[in-house]
Amino acid sequence: METNVDTTKEKLDLWCSAPGIAFASPQAEQDYRQRSRRISDVIQLKIPDRVPIAPLVTFFPAQYTGMTMQDVMYDPDKAYAAFKKVAVDFQWDTAMNHINTLCGNMLEALDYKQLKWPGHGVAANRTYQFVEGEYMKANEYDAFLDDPSDFLVRAYLPRICGTLAPLQLLPPLTMIVPYHLGITMMMAGVAFTGAVSALESIIKAQAEFMKLAISVGTFNAEMQAMGFPIMMGGASQAPFDTIGDSLRGTHGIMLDMYRQPDKLLKALDKLLPTAIQMGISSSMTSLSPVVFIPLHKGQMGFMSQEQFKTFYWPTLHKLMLALIEQGLVPMPCFEADYTDRLEIIKDIPAGKAIYWFERTDIFKAKKVLGDRVCIKGNIPASLMCTGTPEQVRQYCKKLIDVVGRNGGLIVDGDIGIPDEAKVENVRAMTDFVKGSGV
Amino acid sequence: MSNELINLMANLKEQETLTIVRRRLDAGEDPLLILDDSRKAMEIVGKRFAKNEYFIPELIYSGEIAKEIAELVKPKLAKVQDINRLGKVIIGTVSGDIHDIGKNIVSFMLDVNGFEVYDIGVDQVPQNFVDKIKQTGSRVVGLSGFLTFAFDAMRETVEAVKAAGLRDKVKIMIGGGQMNDDIRKYTGADAYGMDAMAGVALAKKWVGTK
Repeated sequence: METNVDTTKEKLDLWCSAPGIAFASPQAEQDYRQRSRRISDVIQLKIPDRVPIAPLVTFFPAQYTGMTMQDVMYDPDKAYAAFKKVAVDFQWDTAMNHINTLCGNMLEALDYKQLKWPGHGVAANRTYQFVEGEYMKANEYDAFLDDPSDFLVRAYLPRICGTLAPLQLLPPLTMIVPYHLGITMMMAGVAFTGAVSALESIIKAQAEFMKLAISVGTFNAEMQAMGFPIMMGGASQAPFDTIGDSLRGTHGIMLDMYRQPDKLLKALDKLLPTAIQMGISSSMTSLSPVVFIPLHKGQMGFMSQEQFKTFYWPTLHKLMLALIEQGLVPMPCFEADYTDRLEIIKDIPAGKAIYWFERTDIFKAKKVLGDRVCIKGNIPASLMCTGTPEQVRQYCKKLIDVVGRNGGLIVDGDIGIPDEAKVENVRAMTDFVKGSGV
Repeated sequence: MSNELINLMANLKEQETLTIVRRRLDAGEDPLLILDDSRKAMEIVGKRFAKNEYFIPELIYSGEIAKEIAELVKPKLAKVQDINRLGKVIIGTVSGDIHDIGKNIVSFMLDVNGFEVYDIGVDQVPQNFVDKIKQTGSRVVGLSGFLTFAFDAMRETVEAVKAAGLRDKVKIMIGGGQMNDDIRKYTGADAYGMDAMAGVALAKKWVGTK
C-alpha cells in the first residue's frame, strides 16, 4: 500500500474537478465530470461506470469534413472546425485537439528537413512522414556529450533547418562568457555569419506557431466548456528513440550498439533529464496529467531482449518513473509488437500509467499487466479502413469482454483513428463501446 | 582459414574479420574465394535471423562488414563473377510512402538467400512497378508500406499490374507496419508476409525452390 501522498490521484482529481472551466450548461458540467472520472478510474485500476473511449486523431477530421490534410495543416481555423465537428458528432469521452496536425507555415519558415508533409514533398492528402538521416555523424558523440547544447545549436539545427544553416559558423556558444569580450565576440559572430537571417526565420516561424497555439488553446477551452475533457496533457520521447530518430537514424544507432556502445549509453543518460523535463514542461499548461510517449524502435524484431534491456528500457523506465513521481501519468504507445517484452515492461507502479498497444497480443497483455496498468487500444487500422461495421463491433466486443471487464481499458484504434478510416466504422466502434457497460 | 573468416564474420567480429581479409589478400589469395566466404557468413547471419538469434542490428552490422570486405577486395578483382541466383524479385515502397526500414530488411534477406533483388526504392507509383516487371521479367513482386494510406496505394498498384496484362505472370506479396491478411485481400495481392523470413519463404515457393 502507498503510504505517501498519492500524487497521481491528486493530479487526476484536479483534472476531474475542472478548475477554471466555465461550463456552457449544467449538462456539459455533468458530462465533463463523468467522462474525466471514468478515465481517472481506469487509470487507477478502479471499476468505471463504463469502458471509456478516448481516441487519438490526426488527420481523420480532415477526411471527415471533406478537407485535405494540407488544408488543415496550413490553416489552424480549418483544423479547429474539423476537430470540433469530430468531437461534437462522435461524443467521445475526451476531445482531441489539433496540435498534431502541425503547422505547415512554421515548418516552411524554417525550411525544416526532417519531415515531408502534405503539399510539401508528399501529396495534399498524404500524412507527414519523417525523413531519417544521420543528422549526427558516428564520430560526433564526443562533441555531443561534451556540450550538447552547443552541438545542437551549431551542428544539428543547421542540418535540420535550411534557414538555420548560418548558425554553423558561429563561435562556440561558451565564448559568450569572458568579460565584455565574450558578448562582443558573439555579436561579431552573428554579424559576420549571416546568423541574423536565421533569427529572422525563427521570428517568422514562431509567429506561425503562435497562430496554431492560440487556436489549440481556444479549442481546449471551448471543448472543456462543452463537457469534453482534454486527455493529452504533454508529450515526451524515449531517449533511445530521440537518438535513433533524430540524431543517428535507425541504421546509425544500430551500428552504434556494436561499434560504440559506451558512447551510446552515455548519450542516452545525457538525454534522460531532457526527456523528463520535456514531459513535465509540455504538460505544465494542461489540466490533464497524461504524458504521451510514442515508442518507435524498441519492438520485437528491432532488437534482442538483451539489447532491449541494455539500451532501450533503462532510460524509458527512468523517464516513466520520474514522471510518475511528479504525479504525471505516462502513456507510452508501444508501436508494433511487444508481446515478448511484457514481463520486462511490467516493472511499473500499479495504477500510475497507461500502456497503449498496437500489435502486441492485447489479450495476453491483459493477463500479464492487468493488475498493473490501464491498457489502451487496439482496434486494428486494417479493420477501421477496410473492414465492415459488423467486424468492428465484433472486435470491440472481444476487446471489452477480455480486456475491459472490470476496468483497465481505454478503447482506441491501434494507432488511433486512422486518417483514412471509414466513417461508418468509427461510428460502429463509438456506439458499441458507449452501449457496452463494463 | 576459410572457416575462420566465415565464423568471425558470422559472429560479427568486425576488426578480426577485416584483419583476416587483408592477410589473405596480401598472401595473394584469389579474391573470389574471400567474397565467397563473405557470402557464406551472410547466409549464417540470415539463418540466425530466421531463428530469432539475430535481429535488425545484426543484419545491419553484418551488411556493413560485407560492404567493407567488398571494398578491400574490389581493387584486386579481375572481373565480377556472376553467381547463380534463385530468381528475381522486385521490391519497393508504394506511392506516397517514404518508409524504407522494413523494405531494406526484406531486400537484404532476399539477397543473402540467393535472389536477384531489384529494389526500386520508396514512394513508387504503380507504373514504376509495371515498368520494372516488363524490364526484368521478374515473377515476384514485393510491395512495402507503413502507413494506412498504403492500403489503397497497394491496391492501385495491383490493379495497375492487372491493367497492364501482367497479373497472371507475377505473384505479389505485401508487408509492412499495418499490413495483415485482411489487407492482402483488400489489395488483391497473393500473400502477406509478417516478416522478412516470410517474404523469403514466399519468394522461394513462387520461383519453385524448396
